[in-house]
Amino acid sequence: MIMVQNLHKRFTENTVLRGVNMQIEKGESMVIIGGSGTGKSVLLKCILGLEKPDNGKIFINGQDTTKLDRNLFLSSFGMLFQNAALFDSLTVWKNVAFRLLQGSNKMSEKQAKDIAVEKLRRVGLSPDVAEKYPAELSGGMQKRVGLARAIAANPGIIFFDEPTTGLDPIMSGVINELIREIVVEMGATAMTITHDMSSVRAIADKVIMLHDGLVQWSGVIGDLEKSQNPYLNQFLNGNAEGPIEAVR
Amino acid sequence: MNTFNKLLRSIGASVLDFCSTIGRIVIFACSSISHIFRPPFYGKELFSQFMQIGFYSLPVVGLTALFTGAALALQIYSGGARFSAESVVPSIVAIGMVRELGPVLGGLMVAGRVSSSIAAELGTMRVTEQIDALVTLSTNPMKYLVAPRLLAATIAMPVLVAVGDTIGILGGYLVGTGRLGFNSNNYLKNTVDFMELGDVTSGLAKAAVFGFIIALMGCYHGYNSGRGAQGVGKATINAVVSASVMILAANYILTEAFF
Ligand SMILES: Nc1ncnc2c1ncn2[C@@H]1O[C@H](COP(=O)(O)OP(=O)(O)OP(=O)(O)O)[C@@H](O)[C@H]1O
Ligand SMILES: [Mg+2]
Repeated sequence: MIMVQNLHKRFTENTVLRGVNMQIEKGESMVIIGGSGTGKSVLLKCILGLEKPDNGKIFINGQDTTKLDRNLFLSSFGMLFQNAALFDSLTVWKNVAFRLLQGSNKMSEKQAKDIAVEKLRRVGLSPDVAEKYPAELSGGMQKRVGLARAIAANPGIIFFDEPTTGLDPIMSGVINELIREIVVEMGATAMTITHDMSSVRAIADKVIMLHDGLVQWSGVIGDLEKSQNPYLNQFLNGNAEGPIEAVR
Repeated sequence: MNTFNKLLRSIGASVLDFCSTIGRIVIFACSSISHIFRPPFYGKELFSQFMQIGFYSLPVVGLTALFTGAALALQIYSGGARFSAESVVPSIVAIGMVRELGPVLGGLMVAGRVSSSIAAELGTMRVTEQIDALVTLSTNPMKYLVAPRLLAATIAMPVLVAVGDTIGILGGYLVGTGRLGFNSNNYLKNTVDFMELGDVTSGLAKAAVFGFIIALMGCYHGYNSGRGAQGVGKATINAVVSASVMILAANYILTEAFF
């Protein structure tokens, strides 16, 4: 279970988060929606400790994350970054297997490579790409390698920052199904940022909507369409007119 | 009064800024040194950095030393001729190369080559979130990226400078025997006879310190790079400039220490 309480974060003059509260249960799939630049990526980075919150608390399974052993804490996480963030000095398979090749109980290269190739196959990439370097791949392929890397060590909690952006509709469908599978079969907890409404419907148990540094709406997927929340309705219908100003 | 106040304020701000940067660099240096000695160790990274920093800098350092040694021989000859002391050429070329010019010029050349490349590489990794990604994969970037570079540079520089010294002396020898009419055997004998062990060790100790400075500046500025391509560009400039200045300052301090 992840619980975020009253999270504040600002960058010099730019206040991004001004009191975010949210909670996600173990084995749940939560989707975060919200306009571009509202701080969705920053929220995930704060939970992971990559950005230091100015205020607020984050609990994992009831424990304050600032008091946890950082290595232990991070070993249960997988993260797909918005722009993939692949290591460009390593081949694709070494990127995917990176975590498997580190630490005290690391695997043999052969074992790790087999797993990497299998994970690549699950994100729709052929074994040929394994030996390539990230710079030789298209944007959508890099994204999928990042996804394979995030799930390679079967983490219990996975964050996906826009997993289907830049993918064609068929591949988006494959990735949505994969995320759903990871949650259902492996019992993982997933937090996904997306702008793609068909993804939201495919993978979410719960949805939260961020706007103006706050959670404007949260609820289960079934309530999404019934909601009378003006922010949410404007967002779902894609109207230029409404409480959310187009120029922010 | 108002402008005076403003002036004072801006001076104060830059002094504070300078001090806090020094503080941050010292903290960065201490923490990276501590990571050099604590597991996990990344042997493969260390080796590949050693090759990058040491082996691939050989041509630059070798050429610099060769031409410097050759020019030094000519200069000392023309200076020495004024006191009819042309015979000092071999020993002064050797001592000058080993104690001073080998480490300093080698250090500056490697600073240009290596500080910049480390800063650009780590800066790009910072900007493209690769450093964040390392953290999420339970890998400490200070251990995986910084420690191997620092250690590799500190080991590689003395080796590079030793090779450079030798090539520099060779440059002096070629000019001395080919152009200034020295006898080959005498030249070599004079080179060796007047050199002391302290000349060599002080030069190599300098080189090790310079290697550390080069990697430290590259890593510090790259690791803390600003956002975007501009941030990386600035980090690269800062790395090279600060490494070069620190090498020259450290050279004076070390020379005093070994004097
Ligand atoms: N390291 C940083 N330094 C300064 N400002 C930052 C930094 N990271 C994010 N920001 C700012 O925080 C705000 C939120 O950024 P964030 O990346 O979280 O947006 P987002 O909701 O993920 O948007 P998108 O949907 O476009 O990815 C932006 O205004 C951005 O400029
Ligand atoms: Mg984002």
